[in-house]
Amino acid sequence: MLKSVAAVETAITDPIDLSALDAIVEPYLGKKEMVIPVLQVIQDHYGYLPRPAIEVVSRLMYIPLSSLYGVATFYSQFKLKPRGRYIIRVCKGTACHIQGSPKIAERIEAILGVQSGETTDDLKFTLEEVACIGACALAPVIMVNDNPHGRLTPDKVKAVLDSYE
Amino acid sequence: MSAIKLTIDGKELEVAAGTTILQAARELGIDLPTLCHDPELPPNGACRLCVVEVEKAKSLVASCVTPAAPGMVVHTESERVVRVRRSILSLLIANHPLVCITCEQTGSCKLQDYCYRYSVTENEYVGETKELPLDSSNAFFVRDMTKCILCGICVGKCQEIAGAGAIDFTMRGFITNVGPAYEDKIEDSTCVFCGLCIDSCPVGALVPKALIGKGRPWQVEKTKTICPYCGVGCGIYLQTRDNEVINVRPDFDSPVNRGHLCARGKFGWDYLQSKERLTTPLIRSEEVFVAVGWEEAFGLIVDNLKEIRSSFGPAALMGLCSPKASNEESYIFQKLFRSLGSNNVDSYSRHCHAPAVEGMTRAFGGAAMTNSMEELVSAEAIFLIEADPLKTHPIIGYRIREAIRQGTCLIAAQSEDTGLSDIASYYLQIKSGSAVALANAFAAVILEENLYNPKFINKRTEGFAAYSSSLGPEVVRRSLELTGINEEQLRSAARAFATANSAAIVSTAGGVAQEGGSLLVTALANLALLTGNLGRENCGLYLPYSENNLQGSADMGTLPALLTGYQPLREKTVRDHFSRAWKVELSEQPGLSAAALFSGYGNKTVKAMLVMGENPAACGEHREAVTEVLRNLNFLVVQEMFMTETAMLADVILPAAGFAEKMGTYTNVERRVQLNRAAIVPPGDARPDWAILTELAGRLGFKWEYESPEDISTEIAALTPQYAGISYERIGAKGLQWPCPHSEHPGSKYLYEGRFQRGLGLFTPISMDDQAKLLFSYEENRSAGKKTLCNCLSDSMRNRSVISKL
Ligand code: SF4
Ligand code: SF4
Ligand code: SF4
Ligand code: FES
Ligand code: FES
Repeated sequence: MLKSVAAVETAITDPIDLSALDAIVEPYLGKKEMVIPVLQVIQDHYGYLPRPAIEVVSRLMYIPLSSLYGVATFYSQFKLKPRGRYIIRVCKGTACHIQGSPKIAERIEAILGVQSGETTDDLKFTLEEVACIGACALAPVIMVNDNPHGRLTPDKVKAVLDSYE
Repeated sequence: MSAIKLTIDGKELEVAAGTTILQAARELGIDLPTLCHDPELPPNGACRLCVVEVEKAKSLVASCVTPAAPGMVVHTESERVVRVRRSILSLLIANHPLVCITCEQTGSCKLQDYCYRYSVTENEYVGETKELPLDSSNAFFVRDMTKCILCGICVGKCQEIAGAGAIDFTMRGFITNVGPAYEDKIEDSTCVFCGLCIDSCPVGALVPKALIGKGRPWQVEKTKTICPYCGVGCGIYLQTRDNEVINVRPDFDSPVNRGHLCARGKFGWDYLQSKERLTTPLIRSEEVFVAVGWEEAFGLIVDNLKEIRSSFGPAALMGLCSPKASNEESYIFQKLFRSLGSNNVDSYSRHCHAPAVEGMTRAFGGAAMTNSMEELVSAEAIFLIEADPLKTHPIIGYRIREAIRQGTCLIAAQSEDTGLSDIASYYLQIKSGSAVALANAFAAVILEENLYNPKFINKRTEGFAAYSSSLGPEVVRRSLELTGINEEQLRSAARAFATANSAAIVSTAGGVAQEGGSLLVTALANLALLTGNLGRENCGLYLPYSENNLQGSADMGTLPALLTGYQPLREKTVRDHFSRAWKVELSEQPGLSAAALFSGYGNKTVKAMLVMGENPAACGEHREAVTEVLRNLNFLVVQEMFMTETAMLADVILPAAGFAEKMGTYTNVERRVQLNRAAIVPPGDARPDWAILTELAGRLGFKWEYESPEDISTEIAALTPQYAGISYERIGAKGLQWPCPHSEHPGSKYLYEGRFQRGLGLFTPISMDDQAKLLFSYEENRSAGKKTLCNCLSDSMRNRSVISKL
């Protein structure tokens, strides 16, 4: 995870649009104790915490960048990397669990080289876990963006992932 | 506060409420082990090594966070306590790379010491060590976070004390780390290389590069001395081995810096070992310098000085003395010239501070910072105007930060953001050059709203009527235009300043040799007089000098018209007194100032000069004119450590010792006379300036009998009322602040209690036109790229040090 933040920074070719930041940070100016709420609204805005945005927050709120980074890496709710184009949600509900979803998750992790909550360096996939998605009949199920893939076995995983460009 | 009685290890004692068990135990001399405790940081209770057993308590308690309670019975080394400590240490070393054999901290590592003390060996648990890259690309120190035990002290120092915020805890769980954001290298962070983290790390995670491989703690000698850079005068320990400096550590007991330093003090000493040091006397022969012995060099100097004196008269001789020279050296420097019959002695670097000297002297009769740095911490309000102390005088910056943590109200008026702007209660972003207008507007508001101090004004000042009538309502209006702030901002800040029971004023603008510096100093002195913030504790006017001994040099009479302790040469009683003591006849002809010399008045009369550690040819914007004057002299002698721009023009260059190579006293910005001790011997044939001057005086026929700087200091005390009670013996570890009139006097924390040096404090009105003009001249100066604080002499050291990279 550590090294890949830098990798992702370089993978992002589009410059990050910082124009909304002034307005986002405005209500929190002078309130250093509001670090977590500020980071939350920024994450809501960008989907993650882009470094350039955090640098602006550091300057505007006079909070050291090291402290913002410390908070951002302490709480698992904060993402330092953008999410992938495809969000893979592995169902961890009871039915899926019994039908072997942990093994499915393991296989995905092995193929993509990321843990749950992480994104591949090419920004293609983000792996997440969810509670029952209401398709227990198809257990074990994963969702890739809005597409369900049911009755999976570890061996079928690769083909599913390969079907996304 | 009620006292609390408790028993620790069978000994009863009484402590004040709020005292922790750790503090109480330390009072009894019990050495409780701690890893994460630091006396100046809020306790974080992270390591738990300080646990103790309290009778009737269920579990062991961390003594650093647990307050003593009445009747407590504490055991600090019970079997249970020791068991817990052993397992904490075992866990720590289980994840610690045990590379003690090569670790620089071996011998002063707390982890190692405690493992030894509790017989913890490495085989109790075996765990993973962290894999973290070494951060060693910067020029100053190495961060090896695999050795970090996460005590958090460095984070506290960096964030709370230095205010740099370069590092913090990052991640969590096993991979918790301490470092800059995004795992950046430390040089890419906001690190200012103050070194505070390094000298507080209990293990070997943070190591100065210069120290690596240079010796074990028990092979290293430590000498207590004083930082040679700025006027703060931090206490330092020079660590040396085989006549080589290998590290500097702060003096944690110094009342000046309390264990704090800045990058200059921590890392700036390496110029002492520069290959560029001059090691033999040099004489000019045609266009080259030739190395000669001292005998030949002295012969040449004596012949030339004597000849020039007899053909052109004593006024043809002039001396420039560096504000980096010790008090003793400065004293005998001016004594030598005056003994030769010339009062032409000055320091060129001082001209940068002329505005501060001028303004303060007019108002109070004396030119020194009125109160001590430590008092800032207890001031109710601090008015910081056009100053960036975290950069120029970092210790003052740290004290202001500390004051704010304790509730002081900071009013900052700045034309540029500084590291203190964000923590100011009132931050006035003023246009550059409008500081005088702002200070005056403060005064106008204070008068209008009746917030001034009539009692103080009646008893202690003069000139109030003229001053107050110069501050009509139009002053406020015009100043809003000039400063660019709004009326509400102005009024609320002025009120906060005036209603504080003690308010200190801090500015470095008096160190800017340009138009307006002196007006600002006058405006600020007026403000302090108006509110009665003088002559008592925790208030006053702080205009700190830049160079380490600028204060002492002036105290020692290296001024054309003033003898030691500012005794005027024009007074016959003063002249007679010195003539008798020195057994020479003092000339009453006023001396030439450096400014006058270089602006052209003097260059027809002055034919020979001795320049001791000054570098006027490289200082200030008149460099070329200065060089011309020096080039036209018949004879120029320069005492120097390096081949400076000025030395290049000399006929004879004498190699001088650096601060670490000689003994002497220095007087810091708070008038504290401190002792500097020699730690190493000078390279080659270099000699301390005092020894050079003493020898030269002897060869010129004066019978000086100084065996050591201490002998000189005895003479200084006898002839200088402010220094009368100061002796090497009495200075001790903490220094002595003048005025110290007799040998039982404890020294003076602040000046002007009951009386100003000139009697009454003087108000001086400032016209509105002057202020408006200033704004424009300031703008011009700015665009011409002027420096904010003159530091020419420090520059000739800095340029030959690793800190030139900062
Ligand atoms: S050297 Fe000073 S600024 Fe740099 S990390 Fe250490 S404490 Fe912070
Ligand atoms: S680097 Fe040193 S001071 Fe900083 S947390 Fe680690 S052990 Fe403590
Ligand atoms: S604050 Fe001044 S005296 Fe102290 S270490 Fe820095 S330069 Fe030296
Ligand atoms: S448990 Fe997986 S869909 Fe319900
Ligand atoms: S010293 Fe008390 S918990 Fe670390």
